[in-house]
Amino acid sequence: MAQIEFSEEQSMLLDTAADFCRKQAPIAVVRESIDTTEGIQPEVWQEMGALGWLGIIIPEEYGGLGLGLGDVVPIVESMGRHLMSSPYVATVLAARALVTSGSEEQKQAWLPKIAEGVAASVALSEADGSWELDQVEATVNEEGQSLVLSGDKCFVLDAPMAEVIVVSANLAGEARLVLVEKAQLQPESLTREVVIDETRRSYKLTLDGITVPSSNLLPDADFKALQQAALLMLSAEISGGLVGVLHVIVEYLNTRKAFDRLIGSYQALKHPTVDILLSLEGARSHLYHAATMLAQGNAEEFETALHMAKAHGSEAFAYAGDRAVQFHGGFGFTYECDAQLYLRRALWCQYQFGDERYHRQLLAPLLLD
Amino acid sequence: MAVDAQELAEFEVEVDRWMAENNPDQPGFILPESFMEVGTDQQFEFLRDWQAQVYEAGYVGMGWPKEFGGGGMDQAFQDAATRAMATHKTPFLPNTIGLNWAGPLILHMGTEADKQQYIKGILSAEDIWCQGFSEPDQGSDLGNSQCRATKDGDEYIISGSKIWTSLGTYAKYMILLARTSSEGDSKYAGLSYFLIPMQIPGVDPVPIKKLTGEYGFCQTFFDDARVPASCLMGSEGEGWKIAMITLTFERGATGGQAGGIASLDLNINDVIELAKRSKRNGRPVLDDPLVRDELTQMIIEARGNALMLARSRVPALATDWPTAVPMSGKLRGSELKRRMCQFALSLQGANGARFVSEEAIDGGMWQRSYFNAFSATIGGGTSQIQRNIVGERVLGLPKS
Repeated sequence: MAQIEFSEEQSMLLDTAADFCRKQAPIAVVRESIDTTEGIQPEVWQEMGALGWLGIIIPEEYGGLGLGLGDVVPIVESMGRHLMSSPYVATVLAARALVTSGSEEQKQAWLPKIAEGVAASVALSEADGSWELDQVEATVNEEGQSLVLSGDKCFVLDAPMAEVIVVSANLAGEARLVLVEKAQLQPESLTREVVIDETRRSYKLTLDGITVPSSNLLPDADFKALQQAALLMLSAEISGGLVGVLHVIVEYLNTRKAFDRLIGSYQALKHPTVDILLSLEGARSHLYHAATMLAQGNAEEFETALHMAKAHGSEAFAYAGDRAVQFHGGFGFTYECDAQLYLRRALWCQYQFGDERYHRQLLAPLLLD
Repeated sequence: MAVDAQELAEFEVEVDRWMAENNPDQPGFILPESFMEVGTDQQFEFLRDWQAQVYEAGYVGMGWPKEFGGGGMDQAFQDAATRAMATHKTPFLPNTIGLNWAGPLILHMGTEADKQQYIKGILSAEDIWCQGFSEPDQGSDLGNSQCRATKDGDEYIISGSKIWTSLGTYAKYMILLARTSSEGDSKYAGLSYFLIPMQIPGVDPVPIKKLTGEYGFCQTFFDDARVPASCLMGSEGEGWKIAMITLTFERGATGGQAGGIASLDLNINDVIELAKRSKRNGRPVLDDPLVRDELTQMIIEARGNALMLARSRVPALATDWPTAVPMSGKLRGSELKRRMCQFALSLQGANGARFVSEEAIDGGMWQRSYFNAFSATIGGGTSQIQRNIVGERVLGLPKS
């Protein structure tokens, strides 16, 4: 079985996505978007929907393309390359929850809308910062034909744009998934969170006071499918981000002079930069290996490959961001320098859904025992 | 030539059984890791006997022509035999230069007489070969070779020296790159290629003691050694071209090697196995969370290296720096091997401080492997030079 496969169609998708993100997200646009609620121009988001990208993992009977989760990798990687912000990742995660855990009625109600470009999100994390998705404190109780929610969720991405949010909460001691529609939110339900990556729009979702119909409960709760989708997309963002930050470093090393020499000629800067290049080559290899194992239906190898991709990528990107700031010297200490954008992105990616130590701990029994 | 699948499958079973039955027991002394590390007569004789036994059984040179001593079969059979050697972790075949460099070259462009004279002895290990390319003052700059071969009637007179001649004291023949002229458009033009006898007056291989305390290489001195003019391969001035052909055989780019494993290849699984049987506080070291984390990191890195090769076969997935993977292979591989062996010492408690001896864990193989790993992080351009090369040629950074 080939370790890495990539079809002609996937190559075309990668080309399209790379081209699209380069045009739509020059660094000035990324910086401007920091202060906006949406993070993306409505027409750009509409174009992403028109390209079919939101329907990639949605089955054809619900208006999607019926492709695999692996096919969103080239898109998310290209977005990561340019630090492009959009509710894409959040929306794909919500679609994944509906596809893997939703009822027929829920799928029919939401998947065709999402495929057409309606944004959605997921609310899985909580204040304790735990990475175990099936251990939640928030609760949901049945009262007649209604579900009454209570507690807080964190790191809910692009929540104001989402028409529906898939929320995890405890029902009779078991973690379940519930749909909360935009109209069901209270005016004070969403609070913007201050997060390290300013290109993200992250919200706290206060569940107290939210009541939804019983039919909003998803019959299944496949947290593993959600975790895998999140990890694959984060690894893709990391792989793209590493390319972006390496370009920023190389550009500066090739233009800035110190003591009459281009700083790239100093081996103290050149050698770590080469290490970053090689870690990027590793990150991209682990990423597309994971996507290949998923496409081939090799569940065991996919699990291993995914942990490896996130473990290796988290560490590599955090190191590259850290060195990018350092290598820019005094300029690196300023907000104006782009290195900080990548360092912030790297730290976000590192601490969402498990850092390198966490994933290595999960890998150890798979590899050593 | 079409290979009969059933015949091949039956052969795989046969050769697997033969290796299982004939793989020699540990000889009671530590074996070298590769032909570059053979340091004692005892080691040499053990390995030569093993190759002779494998040849007698018909499991080396299976794809080489029958009339010169090969098996005359499809290469697929040899590949199966080589795999069986690796699976059973048999000793390696020590006549590496003969099997992988000189032999394929002689079959490719030697005369009928060359083939009759040399091929069988290469396969049976009766005639050991060494190579004389590098010189003490030239580093990796082979083209600048200064060792001279001067035509004198029907002989050439050789003077100068070569370095890193593995098996120099045991070799019967050497493939030699020497300068027959200082004229010509470039330094390469005056080079010629010879197949010369080693055991003649004026050829003096002097062993070099390595940091391991062992021997394995020689510096070979030529003091007006006289060899027959028929030792010249091709014509005068073709030396560089023939040396490059030889190196394509070495790298396995064209096939044609006699087969058989050429080294004891330690990998991460061997380190895991060591961590399982080493004890700390009565428990396997493998239970230590820090050890587990470090091993996991190395496995991720090793897997990443393997996956880079797989990805390089998909051009659409090349990064913005497409030469990064091929240009960094030696750097990544040799550095990981060095760190892996270094880490293996830390699994041995106080015995990490032992060296090659009966009392040492695995006879001191890990300590020696760690030291020998420097041959790859230094030879062929140090890791520091490799980083300069990748930085400058791949990333386009300014010269240091």
